[in-house]
Amino acid sequence: MPQMLEGSQALARAVALCRPQVVAAYPITPQTHIVENISKLVADGKLHCELISVESEFSAASVVLGAAAAGSRAYTASSSQGILLMSEVLYSIAGLRIPLVLTCANRAVGAPLSIWNDQQDSMAVRDAGWIQIYCADNQEAVDATIQAYRIAERTELPVMICVDGFVLTHTLEQIEMPSQEQVDGFLPDFQFSRALNPANPISIGTLVSPDYFSEVRHSHHQALLNAQVEIQSADADWAAVSGRSGGGLLSVEGDPAAKVGILSLGSVIGTLRDALGEYPDAGPAKLIKLRTFRPFPEEALREACAGLTDLVVLERALSPGSGGIIGTEVRAAFAGRSDMPRVHNFAVGLGGRDIPLDIYPRLMAAVKSPSGASFAIFDANLDRLPEADR
Amino acid sequence: MIEIRIHGRGGQGNVAAAYILASAAFQDGRHSQAFPNFGAERRGAPVTAFVRIAEQPFSRRCQVLNPAFLIVQDEALLHIPGVTDGLLAGGGILVNSTSTTELLREQTGLNIVALSANALARKILGRPVPNTALLSAFLSLTGMISIDALVKGLEQRFKGEVLDRNTQLVNEAAQLVQVGLWKEINHAANA
Amino acid sequence: MSETTIPLSELRRKQPRFSGLESGHRACLGCGQALAARLVTESAGPDVMLANATGCLEVFTTPWPESAWRLPWLHSLFENAGAIASGMEAALKAQGKATKVIAMGGDGSTFDIGFQALSGMLERNHNVLYVCYDNEAYMNTGIQRSSSTPHAASTTTSPVGKERMGKRHLKKDIIQIIAAHNIAYAATASVAYPSDIRKKVRRALAIEGATFLQIHAPCPLGWGHDGAVSIEVARLAVQSGLFPLIELERGELTGAMPLRTPKPVSAYLKMQQRFGHLFKNDPRALEELEHLQAIADHNIEIYHLRGDGEDALDSEGADTVRRGGIRWA
Repeated sequence: MPQMLEGSQALARAVALCRPQVVAAYPITPQTHIVENISKLVADGKLHCELISVESEFSAASVVLGAAAAGSRAYTASSSQGILLMSEVLYSIAGLRIPLVLTCANRAVGAPLSIWNDQQDSMAVRDAGWIQIYCADNQEAVDATIQAYRIAERTELPVMICVDGFVLTHTLEQIEMPSQEQVDGFLPDFQFSRALNPANPISIGTLVSPDYFSEVRHSHHQALLNAQVEIQSADADWAAVSGRSGGGLLSVEGDPAAKVGILSLGSVIGTLRDALGEYPDAGPAKLIKLRTFRPFPEEALREACAGLTDLVVLERALSPGSGGIIGTEVRAAFAGRSDMPRVHNFAVGLGGRDIPLDIYPRLMAAVKSPSGASFAIFDANLDRLPEADR
Repeated sequence: MIEIRIHGRGGQGNVAAAYILASAAFQDGRHSQAFPNFGAERRGAPVTAFVRIAEQPFSRRCQVLNPAFLIVQDEALLHIPGVTDGLLAGGGILVNSTSTTELLREQTGLNIVALSANALARKILGRPVPNTALLSAFLSLTGMISIDALVKGLEQRFKGEVLDRNTQLVNEAAQLVQVGLWKEINHAANA
Repeated sequence: MSETTIPLSELRRKQPRFSGLESGHRACLGCGQALAARLVTESAGPDVMLANATGCLEVFTTPWPESAWRLPWLHSLFENAGAIASGMEAALKAQGKATKVIAMGGDGSTFDIGFQALSGMLERNHNVLYVCYDNEAYMNTGIQRSSSTPHAASTTTSPVGKERMGKRHLKKDIIQIIAAHNIAYAATASVAYPSDIRKKVRRALAIEGATFLQIHAPCPLGWGHDGAVSIEVARLAVQSGLFPLIELERGELTGAMPLRTPKPVSAYLKMQQRFGHLFKNDPRALEELEHLQAIADHNIEIYHLRGDGEDALDSEGADTVRRGGIRWA
């Protein structure tokens, strides 16, 4: 039965359905409603778990690391500054191969201080070794959260579910909440082969010398690459239970004969999807929805781009001094190959700037008359800046 | 698709109004979406929320730039630059005001309907919270969603005596405006 | 009145005051923190540098491209005001300047996420006054509990429900933790006693070394009361003993504002919706009220707050918000 729910509210319920035993909470806009909703579920006895209101995000991540290491399914959420503050712990969690799920309610990273949506925060920790899945709407966020626990516990890799802050977390829309039976059938009890246990004591987090380090890193990197299989099977198996698929690693829609593709991730996909219908003369175009960013699905990407002459890579972050992040990885996926489309790499909607429907015809026009720059912040109004800063 | 923008002040339940309207549309079998123009809210600061209602599913998430209707929860906001930006030609503005419809139309030249929502709310709810009255009047003017669906939407948020009072408020407010006055605008925008 | 007589009210009005924080900022009606920050910067004068942690204060005073500050001011992150201030102080020292550094943070920043940096600053005895504006929760992000939130208070992350009566844990006794760093001066204050704030700020700034001031500041939205009664609420917190006004030097209690007639905690609590569940017909509510009264009674005892008779400097006399109080110019 579908119902109207605020994104955060739906996410909190999805987390509760997964039966976490430990939840760490530290408030940061725009993730706050998620932890508030969980708090209320606990206060009303609807969720039985240890809810720990910690003193910082660094501690939030540390608490869930300890909880999972001690054998409990755990959860936390954060955004922006909080993700950055806990980044050292995120590297630790991933390097220790601890199964965890974390919601990143994507928000710009200061300075300048901003509470609004972009994806600089999750992009900033792309090298920490987590699986990263981006959600285009709140239904996907609910479904992905449930799938995430299975993926994490089967791969022994932590999973970050990225949900655009405010745009998704604070939007009321139609959501189908799965039942407890559906989730219980899909998610077994928490299983962690290396959980700490006095009956079988092991040491986690030892000092690793140059003699061993490279092999550990290789193993982690390979595990992430291999996780593509698990990510796809979780999506397929959940689709069999719920009737809904998130699109696996990535999915393609729009005109199959189109020679121009637009690749993006997160909530902007929804706007682009409607825009393709509203501006039929601007096209034809294919819309490539990237769902998994880590591991980076190179092969699936190349397949999706087969036959394209041009590919717009539209992202919500950048690497200052270099350019686009996803754009750079897309180009690298085609390096030295003859099937590489012309890549038009743009960042848009930084710091929460609204992305209107007509972004689509404007992007298509830019494809027809490219500026020659390898990257640009598409919607920056350069007239506002002094000449020297443009 | 009908797009609506709701202007209010922090503390007036601006977001709640948008959520209730979207919920009412859902109860009436439509596809809908509501979200605030997010900001660091402070009590008294101007806030905006957006609502979309359509027969068919949609997925856009951009802000509402061209609303067919505005609901203004505090009449002082009418004078803030930008409040009426993008309003479709002939679009309707429902204002919470103690002035009359005629006077406001004369003063502003806009397609306004005034409702003294605070007074009505004070009378029935005991507090000057204008939302439910404004929403009810809005639905009465446009005919876009039945009042019953609005009450069903309220049932998601309120219960007991609060629900009863709000239901009473809804029924009274619906009669205080010219029923169906904006039906044409509604149809045109939905085309 | 003769031509050579000026009424006191007019004299007060014309009295020159340094304004470090201008009006026109975006604080809510009745914000205790805005008042406290104004009083602190007024008393500090122009030769200071401010390090402000993330929170309501920095958000409502600096919406780009405007700022309400007339003092040099820097905001970096939520957790580093103590460290930023330490760096500023070190630089000014290296430059041989007398400019004083004031670090400012809310309770979330001070008690929780920024505690480490604060402790470090105190341990190294940087010449900084740290001011904590204590509104007892993470208000800027929408009223979530901090370790400063009082026992049994309802916040969005310590809500009241079938199995909970608000926050389970006690309000962290920050002033004692600060005092245990053995700094020269640590004190508590309240926006209901503005002259007391001014006196304590001046006292602290005159000291060479680390000092700390915790100012109790109501948040109408978070505490659940009308902005018009913020001062009254703050006053009751003091008069009930729940928020004692004390001074500690090198860990020893050297000053306390006596309570002429301690008020029952219920007088304070019932003014705020965040304690509304304690006045419902629920046996757990009575238990929590008793807990809170016990906390107040304990404070009154350990800080020797019970005054004997009338004292111009007690909780009734020192109050200059009402008529007839003593002014510390």
